[in-house]
Amino acid sequence: MKGVVPMVETVASIPLAVNENLNIQKRRLKHGKSKTRLSLVTGTHGDELEGQYLAYMIGSYINDNIEQLNGIVDIYPALNPMGIDSITRGLPMFDLDMNRVFPGTKDGTMVEVICSSIIDDLIGSDVCVDVHSSNIFLKEMPQIRMSIPTAPTLLPYAKMMNVDFVWIHESATVLESTLAHTLNSRGTKTLVVEMGVGMRITKEYCKQLYDGVFNLMKELGMWSGETADVREPIISEGREVGFVNSDAAGIFVPCANFGDNVKLGDHIGDVVDPLTSKVVEKVLAVCDGMIFTMREYPVVYGGSLLARILKMSQNGGDTQ
Amino acid sequence: MKKNILFSLKSPYREQLDIIGFKFGHGKKSLAIVGAMRGNEVQQMYVCSRMVQELKKLESKDRIAEDTEILIVPCVNYYSMNIGKRFWAMDNTDINRMFPGYNLGETTQRIADGLFSMLQGYEYGIQLASFYQPGIFLPHVKIMDTGFTSPNIMKDFGLEFGIIRKPRPYDTTTLNYNWQVWETKAFSVYANATDEIDVKAADEAVNAILRFMNNRGIVSTKTPPGYITEILDESKTKQIQSDSAGIFFRNTEIGKKVERGNILGRIYDPLDGELIAEIRSPVSGTVYFVYNSPLINSKTVCFKIIK
Repeated sequence: MKGVVPMVETVASIPLAVNENLNIQKRRLKHGKSKTRLSLVTGTHGDELEGQYLAYMIGSYINDNIEQLNGIVDIYPALNPMGIDSITRGLPMFDLDMNRVFPGTKDGTMVEVICSSIIDDLIGSDVCVDVHSSNIFLKEMPQIRMSIPTAPTLLPYAKMMNVDFVWIHESATVLESTLAHTLNSRGTKTLVVEMGVGMRITKEYCKQLYDGVFNLMKELGMWSGETADVREPIISEGREVGFVNSDAAGIFVPCANFGDNVKLGDHIGDVVDPLTSKVVEKVLAVCDGMIFTMREYPVVYGGSLLARILKMSQNGGDTQ
Repeated sequence: MKKNILFSLKSPYREQLDIIGFKFGHGKKSLAIVGAMRGNEVQQMYVCSRMVQELKKLESKDRIAEDTEILIVPCVNYYSMNIGKRFWAMDNTDINRMFPGYNLGETTQRIADGLFSMLQGYEYGIQLASFYQPGIFLPHVKIMDTGFTSPNIMKDFGLEFGIIRKPRPYDTTTLNYNWQVWETKAFSVYANATDEIDVKAADEAVNAILRFMNNRGIVSTKTPPGYITEILDESKTKQIQSDSAGIFFRNTEIGKKVERGNILGRIYDPLDGELIAEIRSPVSGTVYFVYNSPLINSKTVCFKIIK
């Protein structure tokens, strides 16, 4: 039989009230002499599932081709297993977003203890890839996000990942309690991937990232197998992002497509009122550029995000 | 008293959300009090409604200082309260993690922005706060240590303890933190309960706020004598974690003095009833937080003791 026996380790285990433990698990795939370590982390938000299929695909392929691995691949499919199991974005029964609790602490609440154990386990990886899939409201083009201070270090690795887009954003104090910020600030290079939409699996995006992960492994000298050519991402550096928010309440019906290049003022959708059968808001593009985020969930309030548009670069093209 | 709509938001399927504020007095913005920002903060709303009653009486007796305006916002997120949710009904975001808000942003950012624009410019701000875990606190007042609000002002509430909290990154989007950035001296008052009404604790919170207002010259009123407040750093309090999981019984109450080694609680196996663990106090002091759910996971903070 081809493949290897899965080596599953428990990163954190906390007894729950009735006859059950909360276990955070990882699978370690190891071959060859190299100690180079790639960690693939996902499932922090229980409603984001794209990473589940990606974790399966990568683990499965390495499993069948273990001789081509020279190093260590750790796969953490579910940092928030109870959330995934109960379709809950955060940790059930805990108010704070798990990705606002890092680095955690050993003598804090249960979630802080778990976060602390996760960080201890991930520290020392050569690269960590933290896969998210937006939320149930928005669909995202495969992209990597990073803050301006981390970009000089991370951008070369992001370009290896076969994503369409790299969004370099301002750093915000509140984001200092994310997994990625914690790891990056402690010297473990961590790439945050956003792709697809919550509660769904988009196979084409998973395949795109799968190619990116193997390319990254090849570049890190961990993978000797065949890899696919990767695309050059559009980089947001020096370009603004236009946010299209609803001003009305109703049902959003888009008429533009995800990935479309639009002009300022182009009609990209309507907010309609099912009771009066009126269009309550004609939604227009706020700038020239490419739509990289699009609303999936139709019910909207004033303020609901409908789309994000990456503005064209100075020379008008999508230069990379 | 003037009852005003501070901010409105249209809903696709419900009546418009109107955030109501009650204004007392006239002139310089002196004090704003905010109650429920989450849908289960019933006690916080109740304390504010009691403050409205008290201020109506004081206003009718001309006991509000001249050139002084007081604003009370009892309930921000009644949309969630009416359907039994804690956070914003549509996307489960927390309005109290959206400050200072953004008028072109997401829905709860817009609510925070609309509310915050009405809360700015006051000399003092009081938020009736709740904790993110099931449990009850000894009524106390807390400030976030941004360097702006002097901890000694907490003594004017006359509560037993005034606690200084060093802000963490996730605190920087709360009302309390942003109030201080915009130069309002901000306090969080913990009135024991959250999703149930504790009248005794509400009485204590109302008296504490009235005492504060009287001591700061905002109103002239008599209140029962308060404590000489002990001011302390939150990091100096002792958090006690459970090391086991099961059915939780506590042997102590908030406000009780305990000695090192006292049994604070017990955990029993939920299926066979065997005693699994006794939780003993590692320090002597006053219990100021107790976990109050019948089931407990391991590594849950179940007691906090002020040494």
